[in-house]
Amino acid sequence: MRLTTLVSRELFERRRQLLTSFLAVFLGITAIVAIRNVTFFSEKAVARELDALGANVLILPKSVTVQDYFQADLHGAQIPEEYVTRLVLSDLQGLDNLSPKLSVPVEIQGHEVVLTGILPKAEFQAKAMWKGAGIFARPSGCGDVEGGGWLAPAPIQETLVRRRVVEDLAADEALVGADLAGLLGVVEGDTLQALGRGFRVIATLPETGTVDDARVFAHLHTVQELTASGSVVNAIEVVGCCSQISQGLVARINSLLPDAKVVTITQVVETQIRTNEMMARLSLIFLVIIVLVAGASIANYMYGNVDERRREIGTLMALGADSFLVVRVFLLKALVMGLAGGIGGALLGTALAVVLGPRLARVPVLPMPGLMLSAIGIAVVIALVASSLPARRAAGLDPHQTLQEI
Amino acid sequence: MLRMESVTHQFPHRRSTVRALDNVSAEIPPGDFTAVVGPSGSGKSTLLLSLGGMLRPTSGAVYWNGDRVYDLAPNARARLRRKTVGFLFQTFNLVPYLTAEENVQVPLFLAGAAVSLQRSRARELLSRVGLGDRIDHKPSELSIGQQQRVALARVLSNDPQVILADEPTGNLDPKTGGEVISFLEELNREGRTIVMVTHDPRAAERATRRLVLEEGRIRE
Ligand SMILES: Nc1ncnc2c1ncn2[C@@H]1O[C@H](COP(=O)(O)OP(=O)(O)O)[C@@H](O)[C@H]1O
Ligand SMILES: [Mg+2]
Repeated sequence: MRLTTLVSRELFERRRQLLTSFLAVFLGITAIVAIRNVTFFSEKAVARELDALGANVLILPKSVTVQDYFQADLHGAQIPEEYVTRLVLSDLQGLDNLSPKLSVPVEIQGHEVVLTGILPKAEFQAKAMWKGAGIFARPSGCGDVEGGGWLAPAPIQETLVRRRVVEDLAADEALVGADLAGLLGVVEGDTLQALGRGFRVIATLPETGTVDDARVFAHLHTVQELTASGSVVNAIEVVGCCSQISQGLVARINSLLPDAKVVTITQVVETQIRTNEMMARLSLIFLVIIVLVAGASIANYMYGNVDERRREIGTLMALGADSFLVVRVFLLKALVMGLAGGIGGALLGTALAVVLGPRLARVPVLPMPGLMLSAIGIAVVIALVASSLPARRAAGLDPHQTLQEI
Repeated sequence: MLRMESVTHQFPHRRSTVRALDNVSAEIPPGDFTAVVGPSGSGKSTLLLSLGGMLRPTSGAVYWNGDRVYDLAPNARARLRRKTVGFLFQTFNLVPYLTAEENVQVPLFLAGAAVSLQRSRARELLSRVGLGDRIDHKPSELSIGQQQRVALARVLSNDPQVILADEPTGNLDPKTGGEVISFLEELNREGRTIVMVTHDPRAAERATRRLVLEEGRIRE
């Protein structure tokens, strides 16, 4: 006989009684692990999304409310294109790429589509060089996402999709989003008729999963001219350095352009971030609840168990057990309960996260060994702490009273 | 040798106290077989527990081989109890979820004996009390008499010098009760000191000496 024999026999013999407190630990840990696991990968997905968006600051007319980043320029309200020049010539640090946009609804081959005017980078460079100052005189690339730098231009498809910028675009050239290209059946070299003008399709863009897939992109000035809208844009997308953004770039742009609204992508994907924050808070709340519920349940069970085993404890004491042994009997039992509930909960929680995560949060979810280990640790600590007082009561029982014959 | 010197024990009860032992002095020489008799509530169990180092008296002293037992801290007393005394109870107090063999192993386990020794000794003792074929039975799967024999085997596992038995035949029919007394006599012949609480006159007769308790006092 070992201490483990004594503890495991009792545990197994009276397993029905500890079902409730075991379930409290087991389900609590399951919930925490599942929520934390999904939240982690959801946060990761947001980070990936931010990276994929490329641009991370958006300059909009004041009246616009931001719902969906990719639709943020489809509102009809306008800001002067001159803002671009102001930004280019400013001494603001941390501005990388600028992409002014003007979007208008047009009809192409009988389909309602959005034509978006964009300004190729060659024109900024010309402007900057001509003034001899501005953002392109400074070291650049800080806001880059991988793939495509200044010196080795990536293919036009990549740069527009990933960096919101194209190097060159002539007045009669157009780029077509993946979905639209499929719908219209156009390929590179075709000509599209829009606003009474023919555009030569120089590229169809790779699929992005956004509304950009259903758009046509042409030179900003061509769009302005054909729609007689003057020198205006709907939005300016900016790639800023993340470090500069956190140091107040947005506020500085705002003071430079007081009549515009400046938002960061983080604000745009706010709902998703808020969901994640809510999930994080939820898992914290769950943690508190499980600590309270499971702890109380285990403590309650243990007190009952000590009471029920008074005679047994008294007998052990009469046979020579000291108080350390009695404490160990109950703490070892608590350890077993904590481990069982923790391991079971970590496994089930992970399984739930992996299976349900993709359906509920639309993110791929993988098991997290570190999370599982800490969940098991939490379960064990809860069980041990909750059992410490009952164990001490057991050790402090008056042996004479426990042996009182009925 | 066991000795009690002016032992008084009072239980707090509601606002007042109950005096279970009143200035009891007694000496139990080694190898003695003493029966403690007296009406119910006279303090017999209290005396036995005080003698066994399980209950610190309100005043007075208990000596084991000349040492004051209650000068030791409770845990030290528990460890001393392991080696020195064995308890037998009226309701046997077997651990319900352990087999007969495991119940007999408990004192050996508490004393830190190796698992193999625990096993061989438990089997040997169970054979000695005639339960060699019941080692895997739980207490609930044994008759009352068999349960008390498991308790006897358990008492012997640590080979104690002193056996303290509180009404060991109280729950048994006369025949099995007689067997238990015979067994205690046999242990006494081996040189062990036995103190047995009983209110069964026939059991008391078989002891070599009687202590009569009445309202917590020894009647000469
Ligand atoms: N825990 C206790 N609290 C209060 N009174 C007690 C307690 N235990 C025993 N007593 C009282 O002490 C007296 C002696 O009890 P006990 O030693 O058990 O008697 P016996 O074993 O001779 O029947 C009785 O009057 C009993 O009511
Ligand atoms: Mg009694």
